[in-house]
Amino acid sequence: MKGRIEINRDLCKGCEICIHFCPKKLITLSETLNAAGYLPSEFSGSPECTGCASCAVVCPEVAIEVYRA
Amino acid sequence: MKKVFTRPVSLKNAVFHYCPGCGHSIIHRITCEVIDELGIQDRTIGVPPPGCSVFAYYYFDVDMVESAHGRGAAVATGIKRAYPESIVFTYQGDGDLAAIGTTETLHAANRGENITAIFINNAVYGMTGGQMAPTTMLGMKTTTSPFGRDGKLEGHPIKMSEILAQVEGSCYVERVAVNSPANIRKAKKAIKKAFQNQIDGRGYSLVEILSPCPTNWKMSSVRAWEWVDEVMSREFPLGVIKDTTGKRSAD
Amino acid sequence: MPKMLMTGNAAVGEAAIRAGCQSYYGYPITPQNELTEYMAANLGRRPGCAFVQAESEIAAINMVYGASVAGVRTMTSSSSPGISLKQEGISYLAACQLPAVIVNMSRGGPGLGSISAAQSDYFQSTRGGGHGDYRTIVLGPGSVQELADLTHHAFELTDKYLIPVIILGDGMLGQMMEPVEFSHEAPEVPPVRQDALRGAKGRPSRFVRTFTSNPPDLEEVNWSLFRRYQLLQKNEVMWENYMTEDARLIVTAFGIAARIAKGAIKQARANGLKIGMFRPITLWPFPGEQLKALSKKTKFFLDFEMNMGQMIEDVKLSLEGAGDVSFHGRPGGVIPTPSEVLRVITRIYYQKGLS
Repeated sequence: MKGRIEINRDLCKGCEICIHFCPKKLITLSETLNAAGYLPSEFSGSPECTGCASCAVVCPEVAIEVYRA
Repeated sequence: MKKVFTRPVSLKNAVFHYCPGCGHSIIHRITCEVIDELGIQDRTIGVPPPGCSVFAYYYFDVDMVESAHGRGAAVATGIKRAYPESIVFTYQGDGDLAAIGTTETLHAANRGENITAIFINNAVYGMTGGQMAPTTMLGMKTTTSPFGRDGKLEGHPIKMSEILAQVEGSCYVERVAVNSPANIRKAKKAIKKAFQNQIDGRGYSLVEILSPCPTNWKMSSVRAWEWVDEVMSREFPLGVIKDTTGKRSAD
Repeated sequence: MPKMLMTGNAAVGEAAIRAGCQSYYGYPITPQNELTEYMAANLGRRPGCAFVQAESEIAAINMVYGASVAGVRTMTSSSSPGISLKQEGISYLAACQLPAVIVNMSRGGPGLGSISAAQSDYFQSTRGGGHGDYRTIVLGPGSVQELADLTHHAFELTDKYLIPVIILGDGMLGQMMEPVEFSHEAPEVPPVRQDALRGAKGRPSRFVRTFTSNPPDLEEVNWSLFRRYQLLQKNEVMWENYMTEDARLIVTAFGIAARIAKGAIKQARANGLKIGMFRPITLWPFPGEQLKALSKKTKFFLDFEMNMGQMIEDVKLSLEGAGDVSFHGRPGGVIPTPSEVLRVITRIYYQKGLS
């Protein structure tokens, strides 16, 4: 695993931009609402993640932290 | 593994009140990253406008002062001339900078005020519910151009960057967008250069940022971000419009 | 300190510089251009100081707002139509509790009006002028010396109370030349206010704003301002009693009108008429109690203004029905002569049976 991300589901507003820009499509929309009433993004946990940080760069809410080996 | 992306220090730990997919949130963050990288947090003073970003002071962890609508460039002039060691930036929407504030903006640039202007262009008046802005495109429907903007009745979208590049006092004018990872990285570079110019005392810098407004464009966030490429940047071309600083970038 | 012969406009400029004014922002408008020009020549090149001829009066007041936030003594000047443009900015200054000095060399109005002296901005100055519940301190000088003294006083008051101060002059005061003495020397370095916004070094970041999405917060701001206004009413009123001790008719007038009236009153006294004058110097806070006290001496007042009757409302309010108040006014920039005023006060004196 070259990289991994952590999405703060309570900050996420479900805009789906991270889902759109992940080059490997490793993010999906959760099926459970968060406290603010949004369906937040969810990281699949896939080992394909390279830690490119595209998702974090486009996240308006600064809800994603990125780790890289 | 080490953490390679985290919240900048000068961005307060607050939940943004902005809509999902709004450009403001991105622009606040990358501006704070720039403030961190340049080490200027303790001498930066920001001037936010009336508008969606009226509450910018809840997010930027720097001294900030509210401005009357459109007058940010004049307020910034007063601050900078009282305390030249400060780094003063205005953060203005398209109504603020290009309608009610056109005169103040033009003249601050013309005088070469050593300030940094961040201009958020989303082609509508967001806060007040989606009325036509000076930057609204022809044919675009807004609440005050319900039949689509008509050039004969309502004029054409105004290109502030090109206009401000005409005056001697502006040293750097670039138009960027925040609708993709690549564009966001370019936008951050432009903002960093605009602040560096002020540190170097070069005059007025403007970064015009095409910013998505999903709510008032009545689109999903993803669609709005695409629309910036497909429609907005055809009307407002991205790129450096003026650069007399002789330096390629802030680095 | 030698006496100098100066115009009112220049005297304001010199007094401001000596009071430590760091910046001046203005826009040309008759009859105060000499003040703007004086600052261009004398303030602009002082170390650490700034002069900008702004693109409009609106831009100028907003530059003042910025300079004030950054902690320096700052001012603007204009005349009636330009002061109208500044009202929003003044409202913001008041709301944010930022000090500033605004000089109005008023002229005939309304509209573009005339360039001659008038007093028709009294309401605009003393009732806030812009939107919202606020007041500014308003000083009404009556001579070039008083312009100089009150300019210095204005900077002290505004810094002490964090309320904008308007110096309500007029075209005649601005243009006339009289001997003037300055009581202070300019500081080497303009002073900086403690609560200034100069970057969050060694402290948490702060913000200055007026907008709130919580009305009770704004209510408290309003109450806090008004508590300060009450303090001002108690501590800072200024007025002049001129020959009021045995007066049977008291003229109420401010500024240049009071100057003209003095000439008339002197002549009236020479003719044996017992006439005096009550001259408010702070138009806000208005010396209402001090005026009311005079109603014990006489019930008869003649309000004389160069407008259609503005200060007369404060006169009547202060007297609370205890006076018979007549009015004589000339609007539009017409300057009455002492003889005209003498005729009026003499007529009233006899009509009211005061001889």
